[in-house]
Amino acid sequence: MAFAAFGSGSAKEHKSPTKSSRIVLALLMPGLVYLGLFFFTPLFSLVVTSLEAPAASGGIGEYEYGFQWQNYVEVVTTYMPQILRSFLYASIATIIALLVSYPLAYFIGVKLRTRPMLQRLMLVLVIAPFFISFLLRTIAWKQIFSDGGALMQFAYSTGLMDKSQHFLGTDAAVIFGLTYNFIPFMTLPLFTTLERFDVRLLEAGSDLYANPAAVFRKITLPLSMPGIISGTLLVFIPIAGDYVNAGQNFLGSSKTSMIGTIVDTEFLQTQNYPIASALSVMLMAVIVALVSLYVRSSGTEDLL
Amino acid sequence: MAIDFKPSGADLELKNVRKDFPGFTALQDMDLHIPAGEFFALLGPSGCGKTTTLRIVAGLEEPTAGQVLIGGKDVTASKPHERPVNTVFQSYALFPHMTILENVAFGLRQRKIEDPLKKAMDALNLVELGYAAERRPQQLSGGQQQRVALARALVNRPALLLLDEPLGALDLKLRRQMQIELKAIQMEVGLTFLHVTHDQEEAMDMADTVAVMNKGHIEQMGAPEALYERPKTAFVSKFLGQSNLFVGKVADSSASSLSIEVGGHKITVPKDRAEKQTGKICIGVRPEKTTFHRTNPKLGSDHVVVGPGEIIDIRFTGVSNQYLIDIPNVGEVTVFAQNVGISPVIELGEQVWVSWKVEHSFGLSDLPAGNEDE
Repeated sequence: MAFAAFGSGSAKEHKSPTKSSRIVLALLMPGLVYLGLFFFTPLFSLVVTSLEAPAASGGIGEYEYGFQWQNYVEVVTTYMPQILRSFLYASIATIIALLVSYPLAYFIGVKLRTRPMLQRLMLVLVIAPFFISFLLRTIAWKQIFSDGGALMQFAYSTGLMDKSQHFLGTDAAVIFGLTYNFIPFMTLPLFTTLERFDVRLLEAGSDLYANPAAVFRKITLPLSMPGIISGTLLVFIPIAGDYVNAGQNFLGSSKTSMIGTIVDTEFLQTQNYPIASALSVMLMAVIVALVSLYVRSSGTEDLL
Repeated sequence: MAIDFKPSGADLELKNVRKDFPGFTALQDMDLHIPAGEFFALLGPSGCGKTTTLRIVAGLEEPTAGQVLIGGKDVTASKPHERPVNTVFQSYALFPHMTILENVAFGLRQRKIEDPLKKAMDALNLVELGYAAERRPQQLSGGQQQRVALARALVNRPALLLLDEPLGALDLKLRRQMQIELKAIQMEVGLTFLHVTHDQEEAMDMADTVAVMNKGHIEQMGAPEALYERPKTAFVSKFLGQSNLFVGKVADSSASSLSIEVGGHKITVPKDRAEKQTGKICIGVRPEKTTFHRTNPKLGSDHVVVGPGEIIDIRFTGVSNQYLIDIPNVGEVTVFAQNVGISPVIELGEQVWVSWKVEHSFGLSDLPAGNEDE
C-alpha cells in the first residue's frame, strides 16, 4: 500500500508530454531540415522531371511539365534488358561478395580474437582500398585486364584464351569490378556481428551431438543473420544503381550496360532528362520493394 | 555414428591422462574411475585442472597423453558430438536465437529421436519450467537459465552428465536450493554425474565421492565424511574446511599412538590416523573439535591440551563463534564454539587453554608449505 501511494505521488511529478516532445522536436530539427532540403526536394524534382514532355520549341534538352506518364512505359519497354541485367549483376556480385567476405570476417572476428594487433591490422587492410579513389582503382583493374596486360598475355600464351577473346567488356569483368569495389561493405557488417559471437555456443552445439556442418547451419549462420542482412543490403543497393564499372570507359562494353550507365548516358549525353529521371525513379521503387520484401522474409526482428 | 546410450549411465575411466598447455602442465598423469550412477565431484581451487579434466571427458579438449573410457569404450579419439556425454556449461551457453523448448530439443533433433518436442517438454517440466517453453533464454533469470541448461543436457539421457560449476553464477540462497534439486534429479534419473566445483560445501553436500584436486593432480579422494574427518594432506585439510596444524618431530611412540613436541606441549595422534609415523610430521585438528578452558583442565592422556594463550580475535558468524588464540611457541589456534549462549562467554585478551580428544587428531602425509626444509 505504501508503495502504491508513493507511485501515484511520483507520477504527478512527471513533465508534461508536450514539453518533452518539444525538446525532441528541437533535437530532430537539423536532421529533418537536412532530409527536407537534400532528400525530399531533389526527389520531388526528380519525380516531376520524370513526367515532363519535350518543349514545344523543340530544342534539345528543353522540356516542360506535361504529366507524360508514358515516359515510364517507354523506359520499361526500351530498357528492359538493362534493368534485368542490373539486378542480375547485383545479385551475382552480392552472392560472391558474401561468399568471399564471410570466411574473411569470421577469421578476423572470431579466430583473431586472441591477437588484437593482427585483428586490427587485418581490418585496416579491408578498409585500405578506400584510401584510393574508386575511379582510380577501377581504371587500375582495366589496365590489369587489358589485352596487353600481363594477365591476358599469360592467358594467350598458354592457350587458356584465344587471341580473338577479351576479358574486358564481358559480364564477368563487370561483375568482378562490382564485387571488388563493394566487398568491404559486406565484410565490415559481418565482422561487427561475428566479433560479438559467443564461441561457447559452438562447444554447446557439438556437445549436443551436432557435427561441425550442423553447428554452422543451426547456430553460427542464424546468429550471423543481422550481419548478412545489413551486408547484402549495403552491397546490393549501390551495385544495382552503379554506373561506373559497367561503363565502356571502365570494365564494360555496350553489351554490359546497367540502369546506372543508361541514366548516365541519357542525362549527360542525350540530355533526355525525363527518361533518365523515370529510370531513376523506377530503380528506386524496385529497390525499395525488393528490400522490404527481403527484410520481412528474413525475419531479422527475431534476432534484434 | 554409433553413440552408446545406457539408460542408467555408464562408468568413466581416465587412464594416465595428461594435458600440457604451452608453458604449463594442467593435468599430470591422472587416473580416475567413476562407477556408473554415481554423483562424483571434482573439487579444487581455480587453475587446479578440474575444468580441463571435464573438457577432456567432453571431448572439447584433447589430452596430450592417456585414455578416456566411457562405459568401457575408448573415446579418446572421438569428437564431442560422437560422445554419449552432455555438459551443463558454467555460462549455460543457451542458444539465444531459439526458444527454450527448441534449446532443449536440440540434442534430440540432432540424433533424430522421435517426438523431440514432447520429450523436451517433459524435461522442462522436470525442472519446473514448462510454462516458459516459448520464451527466449534472455527473458529468463540466471537460475531459470541454469535449469534450462540442465534440462537440455538431461533430456538426452547421456551416459555421463558433466556439470561445469553450474551453480557458480547463482546467489547463495538459489544455489543451495538448486543443490537440493540437482541431487534429487540425479537420484531420479540415475545417471552418472561428474560435477566440477570450487565450492567445498556444494561438493560435500551433493556428491557420493569427492576428489580434491590441486596443481593438476588428485590430492585425495573419498566420501565427503571421510575426507573431512581424515584429510591426508595439508592442502586438503585447509581447502576442505579449516584446520589447526602443528609440525614437529615424532618424540614419543606407543603401541596405539604417537606424539610430537611443539613449544613444550605434547600433541598426540592415534597411529591408525597418522599417514606418516617417523621424522618430522604434521598433526592437525578441526577447530570445532576443540574447546577452551579458563584454567588448565588437567585432562588425561586421551586428551591433548595446549596453552595458556591469549585470545587475539573473536568473530561472530551466527551459528558459532570463532576464537583465535595465540599460544607462545605454538602459534595461532582457532576454536569454534557453538553459539548456545546469548553473548560471547569470553573476552579479548583473556588467557585460555585449548583441548581436544586425541581420537580427533589426524596425521598428514606431508607438511604445510614453509615447513618442507630439512
